[in-house]
Amino acid sequence: MDALSHLMGGFAVALQPINLGLAFVGVLVGTFVGMLPGIGPINAIAILIPITFAAGIPPESALILLSGIYYGSQYGNSISTILLNVPGTASAVVTALDGHEMTKQGRGGPALATAAIASFFGGTISIFGLVLFAPLLAQWAVRFGPAEYFALMIFAFSALSSLAGDSLLRGLASTALGLLLATVGLDPNSAIPRYTFGQLKLLDGMDFVVVTIGLFAVSEVLQLLERTGAGSAALQGYGRVMISAREFAHMFWTMLRGSVLGFFVGVLPGAGGTIASFLAYSTEQRIVDREGTFGTGDIRGVAAPEAANNAAATGAMIPLLTLGVPGSGTTAVLLGALLGLGITPGPLLITEEPDLFWGLAASMYVGNVFLLLLNLPLVGVFVRALRLPQWFLIPGVAALSFVAVYAVNQSGFDLVLMTAFGVLGYLMRKLRFPLAPVILGLVLGPLMEKNLRRAMALSGGEWAVLFDSPVAITLWIMAIASLTIPPILARRGARGSATR
Amino acid sequence: MTCRSVGRVLRELDLSPGLVRTTNMPGAGGGVAYAHAVTRRASDPNVLIAASPGTTLLLAQNIYGGLTEDDVRWLGAIGAEYGVLAVAEDAPWSNLGELMDDWRADPGVIVVSGGSAAAGQDHMKVLLLVQRAGIDPRRIRYVPFDGGGEAMTALLGGFVQIFSGEASEVEGQVRAGRMRVLTVLAPQRLEGFLAEVPTARESGIDVDWITWRGFFVPSDISDERYDEWVETLRRVGQSPEWAEARQRNRLQPFFLVGEEFDAFVRQQVLDFRTMAREIGLSR
Repeated sequence: MDALSHLMGGFAVALQPINLGLAFVGVLVGTFVGMLPGIGPINAIAILIPITFAAGIPPESALILLSGIYYGSQYGNSISTILLNVPGTASAVVTALDGHEMTKQGRGGPALATAAIASFFGGTISIFGLVLFAPLLAQWAVRFGPAEYFALMIFAFSALSSLAGDSLLRGLASTALGLLLATVGLDPNSAIPRYTFGQLKLLDGMDFVVVTIGLFAVSEVLQLLERTGAGSAALQGYGRVMISAREFAHMFWTMLRGSVLGFFVGVLPGAGGTIASFLAYSTEQRIVDREGTFGTGDIRGVAAPEAANNAAATGAMIPLLTLGVPGSGTTAVLLGALLGLGITPGPLLITEEPDLFWGLAASMYVGNVFLLLLNLPLVGVFVRALRLPQWFLIPGVAALSFVAVYAVNQSGFDLVLMTAFGVLGYLMRKLRFPLAPVILGLVLGPLMEKNLRRAMALSGGEWAVLFDSPVAITLWIMAIASLTIPPILARRGARGSATR
Repeated sequence: MTCRSVGRVLRELDLSPGLVRTTNMPGAGGGVAYAHAVTRRASDPNVLIAASPGTTLLLAQNIYGGLTEDDVRWLGAIGAEYGVLAVAEDAPWSNLGELMDDWRADPGVIVVSGGSAAAGQDHMKVLLLVQRAGIDPRRIRYVPFDGGGEAMTALLGGFVQIFSGEASEVEGQVRAGRMRVLTVLAPQRLEGFLAEVPTARESGIDVDWITWRGFFVPSDISDERYDEWVETLRRVGQSPEWAEARQRNRLQPFFLVGEEFDAFVRQQVLDFRTMAREIGLSR
């Protein structure tokens, strides 16, 4: 097959000692950068770009290094998310739901191992997708217009019902809060400031990292403090590190579905890892969560989003390379690097720069193997961090939060904002309002608003445009189905287990 | 990017007594850096801040919290990109004149996409163009996207008819034969892959869109220091080192420093302000 022979050529590029070394350095840097939320792959890549230019290495080698950081950081981020409940990217928020729960139950080791394995799965499967379908998918992504995006957002919002926990009303309130926060900043269409109260720092809106770290990490610290005062240890020790063969079999199909779903969402320009991980989680919950264990430390609740967001990271390379459309801040920086290296993204890139495209694809495969080999042994080391005494761990998490948020914009204002969100998060936990829907609203809100307004502008205000294409209609049906079918299934499942 | 390249050239030419430190100050489309220069560094003789038409546009719309173009001193620009209008490969128009005829006949059926918000760069260049061609800018339909890539994707998907952007953005799709550039908004034809495409001026519409990459300095520095800065920037802009860095960053030649640049910026802010008011997007 044509693609296979190209891929072999790609491996010839990727396995050159220099590229092998750069892929390793990339994923290593990526892992550590991902572990420290806030500093983020964007900054690491931005710092390394001039160095790669100056070093004069060939473009494919530079890209292998830089994208290694990109997908490596997806691995690293799960570590602080699972162990400390400090998600540094939007796509890791879902991982926190079951991941941190597992840690609290003393199963932090298996949770981390699951994240590493699922990430490997997602990364690997999506590379096959990239190799086999890249040109085709680029065509498909182009047909996805504002109306289709809007329908996709609605579908993604249906994930809400699985994030809401025991009370749908509280979940809706949390989502509304997220949507509210999403409106702060410059209006995306007219660039007119909204709810900024003349505060220049608010023009760009609420930074996602500030809100997440405040809501999750700072409120976690407050809660830990409270429990320490009561004299009980908050975090358990750790048990075994690896997952068992049974657990692997248990989550196999979840990882597979998460990978495929994540890949396709990743291919859509602008959709990205966050939507992929939210959707994968809620889809899995609907398909496999018969006992209602999602959200209480279910290993599949870690596997689904981790597989999906890594698959999406690979999928996002397709619009980046063939359309020049970055799906996230990090890929936007990668785009800048490409242009600086004299590479023009476009439909011809695959044929004009075969070494670059196939070499990159092959190196991503190699990089994912590195990541797995690197991360599995490290799980034991990271889990040991939890044995640190409380008087060390709590200030440690607090310090990490402040450093992470300061790293984003070097702004003291952000620190104040984060602390305020920390207090808010603490109150929400006390009142049993779920936190994840806030992030869902904050991330999806602007996308939904922009695409709705675009669709309206294109149609001249005709609402019918929202239901005008087969893709859009399919997404609407899926959204409605995912909201209505689970309650029916739940009833049937309850009946089933009663008779058993 | 411009900052770092200029910083490097400054070092290479030995024009800087010490280290050139580049700080990225994100936020508010340059607003944070602008406010910082005005309020915190008003008399710092050693700070240089990068700007572009994005800066002047936001100034024109009064988005920088009451700050105006008079709050800093405009130094110069040493490179630029130029605006382009592009269509899908199978579009019915073969040149700007044909497009303008159809547009004039019925402005409502043609939709433009661009990578900036309403009254932003990609919108503004279209408005200036059509106004000069005698079409009412208020009747132009423009849909904003997140960056040129998404806006081009909308064109390729057939959701819009015109893409408004910059030369470097369209290169991949043009070379692949999926998009055509109808006009470049430059005073002369561009170097490189668009050398065959006529300028708007050649089609009889005297409009340029220069996405200049320039600098300003705080307002309270001495005139001597300002002149020193102008001289420094002049030497950077005319050096072969910069020419190389400019090409690497895919910028076209553009050179305007000192008082001339200051006048240029003021006129630009004024033009933008007038246009923003005309289409009802100014406060």
